[in-house]
This record gives sequence, structure tokens and C-alpha cells, in this order.
Amino acid sequence: MSENVWILGIHMTPFGKHADKDVLDLASEAALAAMKDANVTMKDIQILGYGNLMGGTQGQSLQKQIGQTGIPVFNVSNACATGATALRAAIMAIKAGEADYGLAVGVEKLSGAGLLTGNTAGALPENWTPKGRQGAIMPLDGRIGTTGMAGLFAQIGLAYNDSDPRADFELFARIAEKSHSHSTLNPNAAYQNKMTLEQIMNDPMISYPHTRSMCSANCDGAAAAVLVSETKLRTLPLEQQRRAVKVSASIIATDPWTDGNQELADVNTVTRNASRDAYEQAGIGPEDLDLVELHDCFAAAELVHYDNLGLCAPGNAIDFFNTGATWRDGKMPVNVSGGLQSKGHPIAATGIANVWEVATHLRGEAGPRQIEGAKVGLAHVIGLGSTAGVHILEKSGL
Amino acid sequence: MSIPIVDYLVLEPQPHLVAQECTACKAKVFGRHNACPACFNEGFDEYVVPTTGVLKTFTIVQFAAKGIPVPYATGIVNCGGMDVAANITGVDPSPEVITRGLEVQLTTFPLGKDASGVEAIGFGFEPV
Ligand SMILES: [Zn+2]
Repeated sequence: MSENVWILGIHMTPFGKHADKDVLDLASEAALAAMKDANVTMKDIQILGYGNLMGGTQGQSLQKQIGQTGIPVFNVSNACATGATALRAAIMAIKAGEADYGLAVGVEKLSGAGLLTGNTAGALPENWTPKGRQGAIMPLDGRIGTTGMAGLFAQIGLAYNDSDPRADFELFARIAEKSHSHSTLNPNAAYQNKMTLEQIMNDPMISYPHTRSMCSANCDGAAAAVLVSETKLRTLPLEQQRRAVKVSASIIATDPWTDGNQELADVNTVTRNASRDAYEQAGIGPEDLDLVELHDCFAAAELVHYDNLGLCAPGNAIDFFNTGATWRDGKMPVNVSGGLQSKGHPIAATGIANVWEVATHLRGEAGPRQIEGAKVGLAHVIGLGSTAGVHILEKSGL
Repeated sequence: MSIPIVDYLVLEPQPHLVAQECTACKAKVFGRHNACPACFNEGFDEYVVPTTGVLKTFTIVQFAAKGIPVPYATGIVNCGGMDVAANITGVDPSPEVITRGLEVQLTTFPLGKDASGVEAIGFGFEPV
């Protein structure tokens, strides 16, 4: 029987612009605060999972700022699932019995980085020479499809449920309206202003049907978690045991072959597989969840993941949203943090920040945005490529 | 002299797309593959993709890489069961015109000449 794993301490820096801090300042802030929350120091930590997708720093760079103890570091790079993968690495080490305490850190500085797109511009070559596995003679982005994320997820959303015509611009804008409304209660969100449906729909169009306010917000931020084995946890003071949050499922899955998934990323099957495995590992179902933080990198993504995570009956995500279920006062609150569109999306931090949000509600420490009585929650991320991370968390029964 | 934008676009005798079809499980992919992503078999046959299809999903891109005229429409065309990523051309790139279920056909167009005068040929799909 492998060890159960708990979150003993966790922290998320405010998301937004941190002009006076570099990547290592943000990573240190999150890591030190998570360890303080857990009442441990670097001396206790036996494994570090670290992710900084765009900044090029390593866990070793962080150790040089907060404590060089010689422990193994797993530097991970898994697109937008980087943070969740760093967390998973630390959890696996504890499950395997190789560590009692692990630390996972995700950090990114993206303010002013522009839109989250591929959009790899290319000067045209002087002579056409076929290159690569498709014999391309020039950059293909914009000439055969788009690598821009807003456009990719637009296609994913418009294809929902056999291209259901009700999955349209206004529906996706109403999902973004919810996100921006939720963010008004989150002091850590990069954007905390409410937006009307009209404002959202009249914002500059990035990639139809996604306007700017329907896209994830680039920003700076970090999140970190201290994980502990259940055996060790039971030796700690009762108050710490009460605040600890159980990791009932920790799943990372990649996209299996499905027809056409090399033409348009299939984020649906990978999320379905990850959530199926997570529910099985946790021994609970979606009906038991009190809140969900899912990867709404673009408004259309949120719709498909209602279905992929089993929050609604298959094929029923549009009606499900229209009942108001996913608003914070609904029966299945989704992204009460404001989600990636308003809380922000410092890429490698996101997979731990979502876990922080859920854990903070389970601890009853979410302040004005607290979902009252929350006992079980789910955090989901997608990294294009593709990877899905799903973590199911439970409040301590003590 | 002309050259296709990618080697899976074949210009003669009539423009068409050629996919790699797994000899074992018939999975279809574009471009060179070392083995089948579905069944790991190492053999492929060439598969001629039908030149007509149905637009399953799309987007209209307003912010794109430098040198790419915007707005442009792009999407996934299902050609006789195989999904193909391609731009939708020959029509106004607006959501009033471009809709899911639109019947489209393969089309080609020049993309410019290189220093030695060779014309690059691109492809897209236009309404039937
Ligand atoms: Zn095969």
C-alpha cells in the first residue's frame, strides 16, 4: 500500500505585475511562505519539484536563494501543466516512500508578454527548401491553420458536442462574464473588475469567438506547496493535522491517439481520462465535489471541461451552464477564484495556484469568496501538447 | 516552376492532399512518422484525401504572426472521415459566412516566388 499524501502548507503570491521582483523573488516568496505555513524549513524538505516554463530558471537556482541542501530536484516542463507536474513529482516521491516531505514550486513572469499564442512569425527564406516532417518551405502558422492558443481553443469550443450551434459567441462571453464577476472577490486576482456581457463582447476580437477579456491574462506570480506523508503527518500537532488537506487523487495524463488529434489538439479525451482515473483513485464522484478550479485558459475551454470532468451529463454542458450551476452560488461552483481569464495565468504557477485555491476553501480560509462548508474539491489544468493534470483534495476529517 | 508549401500537398495532375495511412490499423496522419501513433506498427501507405469535405469547426484570427494578413479564417475540415487543418479561403472571413457544416473543396493559390523564381503554392478550402 503506497503512502497517502497531504498538503501541509501552501501559498500563492498575488497574481499581477511585480515589476520590482524577479522570478527567483517570486519563487522564494511562495516557497518560504508555504514552508512557514507547514512549519518546516528547507532542512526538512527531501525532494523539490520545480517549474518555470518561460523564465529558464531551475530548482537549483531557487535553492541558491533559500537553501542548498543537496536534495534531488525535478525540473519539469509541461506547458501549462508544468506546475501540476512539479506537484505530481513531489507527490510520487512521497507515495513511493522515498521522502516524508516534498516541496513543489511553480513560477512565471509574463507581464507585458502579450497574448498567449504561438504566432511564430517568420521572415521568408530566400529559396524555398522543404524542411521538417511535413516538408514545409515556409512557416505554416497562419498559412495552414493557426498555432495561436486563442484560435485553437476557439475551434475546440465551437466543435463542442458535434459542433452544437448553441455553443456560440454569446454563450462563451457569458462564461467569461461569470469569471470576471467571481474575480471581484479575489484580492489575489490580476484583474478584479466586473465586466458586463456587452463589454466582453465589444472588447477587441483576438480570435473569433474570443475577445481579449475571454482570454487568459498574462501576469507574474508563483505558487508553492509542501507535501507530507500521512505517516509523518500523524506525528505532528493536532492543529496542523486539522489544517492539512488530503491529496485524494493526483493524476497526470497525456493525450492518447484519437482520429484527427494531430490536426487539432484533443484536450477532451485527455481530460476525460485524467478525471476518470482521479475519481477512481479518490473513490469519489463528481457529485461529491463542492468546488472546481478548471483550466479556463479561454472561455470556450471552460464549456468543454464541464463535460470532460463529468460535472454535467454527457453532452449537456450548455444546459448545465445555463442553469447557473457553475456560478459561486450554484450547485457546482467553478472557478470562484476568477479563473485564468481574470485571476491570471502565470503558466508554470497555475497548476499549483489552482490547488491552493481549492485547499484554501477546504481549510475555510478563503475570506469573502469562501464556499461555505466545502469538503471536497478538484483542480484541473491542461498543457497543450497535450497533458491534463487533475488533483482531488479533501478536507481533514479531524 | 512551382513547389507546394508542404510535401503532403501534391499539385499534379490535380491538386490533392496525401496522408500516411497505417498498414495495420488504417490510422491517418500527415507528415513523416516513425511509427503509427495508434498501434505502433511501422508501415504506412499513401492515402489520397478526398478534395471535398465539411467544415467541423473554425476560428477567425485577428491577431497573427507578422506577414499574415488578418482577419483570416481557419478550421478543421472533415474530408471523407479524415480531419484536415486548413484555412478557409475565397470568402469573407466573417462568422456570418463561415459556419459549422459548410461544404468546402480544396483550392490552391500562389504564395510568392523565391530568389530563383520558383512559385510557392499554398492550399485552403473554399465553399463548394
Ligand atoms: Zn496503426
